[in-house]
Amino acid sequence: MTTKLVKRALLYLVLISFALLFLVPIYVLLTTSLKGNNEVTLDQMWAFPSQIDLSGYKLAFSKLFPHLGNSFLLTIPATILSALLGSMNGYVLSKWAFRGSNTLFGLMLFGMFIPYQSILIPLIQFMQDIHLYNSIPGLILIHVIYGLPICTLMFRNFYVAIPTEVLEAAKIDGTGFFGIYRHIIVPLSITGFVVVGIWQFTNIWNEFLFAVTMTTQKQQPIMVALQNLSGSQIVQWNVQMAGALLAALPTLLVYILLGRYFIRGLLAGSIKG
Amino acid sequence: MTRTKHSRLPKSDALIPVLMILPSLIAIAIFVYGFIAWTGYISLTDWNTLVRNLDFVGLSNYAFLFQDFRFQSDLRNTVVFTILFIVATIGFGLLLAMLVDRRIRAEALFRNIFIFPMALSFIVTGVVWQWILNPTTGVNLILQALGAAKGHLPKWYISTSIVPGISGGQIELGIPIALIAVVIATVWQMSGFAMAMYLAGLRGISDELKEAARVDGASEWTVFRRIILPQLHPITGSLVIMLTHISLKIFDLIYAMTGPGAMFVTDVPGVYMFETTFRGNHYAQGAAIAMIMLLLVSLLIIPYLKSSLKEGAS
Repeated sequence: MTTKLVKRALLYLVLISFALLFLVPIYVLLTTSLKGNNEVTLDQMWAFPSQIDLSGYKLAFSKLFPHLGNSFLLTIPATILSALLGSMNGYVLSKWAFRGSNTLFGLMLFGMFIPYQSILIPLIQFMQDIHLYNSIPGLILIHVIYGLPICTLMFRNFYVAIPTEVLEAAKIDGTGFFGIYRHIIVPLSITGFVVVGIWQFTNIWNEFLFAVTMTTQKQQPIMVALQNLSGSQIVQWNVQMAGALLAALPTLLVYILLGRYFIRGLLAGSIKG
Repeated sequence: MTRTKHSRLPKSDALIPVLMILPSLIAIAIFVYGFIAWTGYISLTDWNTLVRNLDFVGLSNYAFLFQDFRFQSDLRNTVVFTILFIVATIGFGLLLAMLVDRRIRAEALFRNIFIFPMALSFIVTGVVWQWILNPTTGVNLILQALGAAKGHLPKWYISTSIVPGISGGQIELGIPIALIAVVIATVWQMSGFAMAMYLAGLRGISDELKEAARVDGASEWTVFRRIILPQLHPITGSLVIMLTHISLKIFDLIYAMTGPGAMFVTDVPGVYMFETTFRGNHYAQGAAIAMIMLLLVSLLIIPYLKSSLKEGAS
């Protein structure tokens, strides 16, 4: 009995230590960002701020605000569009499979694994040719297209679980392709849309390579602006940490509120579903 | 995947699904396959200035890279980083999963704490860990408080030493110590993913099997090694593939946290490609690096995709 108790206590001790270790970066982010310029010295890094000073946030916010706006303008439409397309594709591939559709699906999936460096140079030329280079709509287009494989995969795996009998019955009743989609598939897809939506929102918000190569100055999304902020040597650590927290806040909030669905998305990324 | 029965609708209707997916397929054909082909072509040209020059030069960009000190360092770093990153992420992820899976209180809270870094951008991770592992402050302050002598404190990502540093032509072979700092940051970010995958797997192992073994007198260690681990093999396999492909492509975290590093100790192909293409205007060289990255990822992913889809279809 006592050995069991000791074991149990030990288990919690280990778990709590790991949890605290995982939260160290958050502690550093919060405490450093709340310090005033006189307190962000190297030797006091771990110390608690003696008083809460929001000057770091003020400066970070004034520098990052337009870029936060860019990121919302980019992420929300791109998420919605790629989820809608993914849902339609997943519906076709799971319920209306045609000859060769499995191969085409495989060819599509390959697109989510490629290093995007391997399409970047032509992509920039293409965006310049269609006059969408250095624009938010251009980035939306890019994220919708390169988001197709993962969104299609997630919805397809989600729809495979819907019994085919339900659809067969509807077909006998004369309901067609779109009728089934609207009246049977969409109502059953709410969870699917939440999972895919959160996944795309997080990924597009956090994306850097397309953002840094496709935009300059005013059009830059938040992650590029944050990198510029921290890359310039003159910026104080409290401003950098405040900036990092501001940039992370939207996806962190989504995670805190809807973490369950984020984890489902995480697991849905493996192909077998 | 359960195979769906083909619908028995008139031919004209059977075209609708194909038409609905066609735009996506065309987009993928152009933006993935077409652009890869175009990048492949660029890698064979002389376009190494701002002005586009598509004179065909064969494999000379590739020949240049394989003799290049920086690219050789990148290849060494990729191999070292991939191995350290995978072993640490999978090992630590499995440990966390085993701990969380013991019917603990506040299980959801622990799980959420271990997974939350996955919701952050690599850029944020890079910025924060650059501060925590800054050799003049951060973790080193704690080590100093614990009694480490000032001269012996780790230099983290500033370190230029390569252990053991066997001479391998131009570059030194071994583990660049600076990469360990990057591995720490990535393990912090990604081990929650490994934990989540393993937890899903652990939930699928029947309690009866474990109980039966325990009744037969098997120790906890034997139960773990003989019953639990073998059942987790498929998950470990998927994890190795997913994590390796992330490691082969890694760019943002290193770009934000350390950059190429002195003597390119933390450089990787993703960073080299970005800098040589967009900072140096060596488009053809950048394209060649990208094609090598693509080749490495393809060698890993194509067999995985093939087997997954075949398995799914039967």
